[in-house]
Amino acid sequence: MENKEKILEVENLCVSFHTYAGEVKAVRNVNFHVNRGETLAFVGESGCGKTATSKAIMRLWNPPFVEIKDCSSMKYNGEEIMDMDKKRLQALRGNEISMIFQDPMTSLNPTMTVGKQIMEGLMLHRHLNKEEARKEALNMLRMVKIPDPEKNLDAYPHQLSGGMRQRVMIAIALACEPSILIADEPTTALDVTIQAQILDLLSNLKKEMNTAIILVTHDLGVIANFADRVQVMYAGQIVERGTTQEIFTEAKHPYTWALLSSVPALAKENKQELYALKGTPPDLLLPLNHCPFAARCEYCMQICKEQNPMETELTGTHKVSCWLQHPDAPKVESFYDRRKK
Amino acid sequence: MGEYLVEAKNLCKYFQVDRHHTLKAVDGVNIAIRKGETLGLVGESGCGKTTCGRTLLRLYEATSGEILFDGKDISKLHGKELMQFKHRAQMVFQDPYSSLDPRMTIGEIIAEGMDVHVKLSGKERQQRIAELLAAVGLTEQFASRFAHELSGGQRQRVGIARALAVDPDFIVCDEPISALDVSIQAQIVNLLIRLQRERGLTYLFISHDLSMVKHISDRVGVMYLGSMVEMASSKEIFSHPKHPYTQALMAAIPEVDFDGEGKKTIERLQGEVPSPINPPAGCRFAARCKYATDICRQEMPKLVELEPDHFVACHHCDVCGK
Repeated sequence: MENKEKILEVENLCVSFHTYAGEVKAVRNVNFHVNRGETLAFVGESGCGKTATSKAIMRLWNPPFVEIKDCSSMKYNGEEIMDMDKKRLQALRGNEISMIFQDPMTSLNPTMTVGKQIMEGLMLHRHLNKEEARKEALNMLRMVKIPDPEKNLDAYPHQLSGGMRQRVMIAIALACEPSILIADEPTTALDVTIQAQILDLLSNLKKEMNTAIILVTHDLGVIANFADRVQVMYAGQIVERGTTQEIFTEAKHPYTWALLSSVPALAKENKQELYALKGTPPDLLLPLNHCPFAARCEYCMQICKEQNPMETELTGTHKVSCWLQHPDAPKVESFYDRRKK
Repeated sequence: MGEYLVEAKNLCKYFQVDRHHTLKAVDGVNIAIRKGETLGLVGESGCGKTTCGRTLLRLYEATSGEILFDGKDISKLHGKELMQFKHRAQMVFQDPYSSLDPRMTIGEIIAEGMDVHVKLSGKERQQRIAELLAAVGLTEQFASRFAHELSGGQRQRVGIARALAVDPDFIVCDEPISALDVSIQAQIVNLLIRLQRERGLTYLFISHDLSMVKHISDRVGVMYLGSMVEMASSKEIFSHPKHPYTQALMAAIPEVDFDGEGKKTIERLQGEVPSPINPPAGCRFAARCKYATDICRQEMPKLVELEPDHFVACHHCDVCGK
C-alpha cells in the first residue's frame, strides 16, 4: 500500500464555525492522505468533524460563517485546493472530486427530473450536447442498476423509493468519472438489504473505475466489510488510524475500544450489558489543550489532562494519539480485549 | 414458559388509499408475547412493523382480528375498561425529537399520563416524578427543563420515563434507538434491559437494526410486506434462519467481528419491497425469492411450527430450510 500513488494529501486542516456563542473549532489540525483506488473510512460520533472534513475537501463551506484556516493545506494530485479560484473549483467539483450526500430524500432537486440532474454535470464538465448527455445518463442509470431506466430517467425524485434515490445520487456523483468520491453516510437512511446492494455497487465501481472513496459513516459493520483504511475521529481530531484489520483486531486507543464494544456482536450471548461510554464529547467552543477524550477515558492519567498526546507510529500504517503509548506509561489490558475473551 | 400476556390472532389493519386501492399494512398476523419476555420485530421499512405495534395498543383500530391482553379481548373495549388497558400498555416512540411537546417541562410530560390514570397529591406527584427520572438515570433537576435543552439520549430517557409513569406491564418500543449515536444506543439498550429485570416488563421491540434486536430479544419475528414470515427464539433465528427472506436479511448484516478474511461476497437480495397497495396473491416474497414456484404465486403459505417454537411461513421449507 505504501508505494501507491497519493491522490489527495491533507495537512493541518482546521475548520471553524463562527456562531453567536463563539468560534467552534470543528476540525483541529487533521492530516491524512488518500491513495488512488482505495477506500478510506472516517468513523466517529455525530459532531466529531467527519462531515466538516469531507466538505472542506471540496471547499463547500462558505465564508464568513465557516472558515477553513489559512494554515490548512489540501493537495489534489499535487495541486493546492486552498489556492484554487472559483473557476478552477467549479471544474474540480463534480468532475474530479464528487460527493454523495447523506440524505437522498432532501439532496436531490425536487423540481427536476432525475435525468436532467444527471445530465447537468455531464453537459457542464464534459461538454456533451443534450442528446449525448441523455444517452450517457441512461447508461449511468443502468450501471447503478435502476430498474426500467428509460422510464425512470424522466421520473421526479418523489416518484422513487429511498434506495433508488440513493442510486441516482451515486449516478450523479459518478457521471463524470471522478478520481475521488466522498460518500457521506451513503447508507444510513436505507434498509439493510438495500444497504448491501449499494455497498456492492460502490465496490464494483471502485474496481472498474479505480476511484478512491472517502467513506464517512458511524456504522462499524459497514467499515469492516468495505474499507481498506480507517481513521477514528473524536472532537475534531484523528485519534487513531490504521488498516481495517489493524483497527478491528489491534485497536490501541480507548475511544476505539469503546466504539467497538458498544456494538452487540451476533455471536455473543443475549442481554449482556453493552459497554456504554459515559458522558458526552467535549464542547468544541472551549479551548482544548489536553487529550480530548480524557474526561471520558477509563485510563486517564494526570498528563492526559495537561497535554495533548503526540501521534505514535506503531507500524507503517497504524498510528495512535494516546499517552498510553508513551514508553513510561503503565501497560494496560483493554476492556475490549477483556470482553472478547 | 409463562402464559401469554399479549396475543393477536389474524390481525389485519388496512388503510383505504382511495376508492379502489387498499393498503394492507398488516395482513393476518399472529403474535403471542409471553409475560416478561421481549419479542423483537424486524423487517424493512414499510413492512408493517410500526402499524402492528400501534394496532396492538389500539392507537389504530384493527380492521379485523382479535387482540387478547391478559386473556381479555381488548378490541371491543370502551370507556373505563379501555382506560384500564391503556394503564397497562404503553409505548416508547421512535423519534425523541418530535415525540416530546416542546412547550411542556419534562416533569409535565412525564406526569401527564399519570394524572389521567391515578390521583396523587402534589407532593406525591413530585416524588413520583423524581423517582421516575432516577429510574432512567436522570436527576431531579431535569423536571423543570424543556425538551430542547436535552440531548437525544436524554430525551429518549424521558420518553421511557413517560411510558413507565403509569406502571405498565407491556411496552411497545418503536425503534427507540435508531435516531441515536452508537455509544448512546448502548446506554438506552442497557437501560431497557435493566428496567425489564427490575420491573418484570414485557417488550415488543421494533427495530431494523438486526444485531440490536438479537441482543435484546428472547424471540424474534420477521415481517415482510404485512405478514409474518418467520418467528423463533432469537438464537435460533440468527443461527438457523429457515425462510429465504430471513436468510437474505441475515446475510445483509454488515458484521463488526472482523475475521481478517476480507469482505464477504454473498448472494444479495435483488430488487426492492413491492408496494403494499393491492399486493400480489400468494406468497408476498415470491417475486424476489429464488426458490419460488407456481404454488408460491398462487397460495399464501401459512405460518407453521416446523420445529418446537420455530414458526415459518414458506411452501418450500424442506428445500430452503437448510
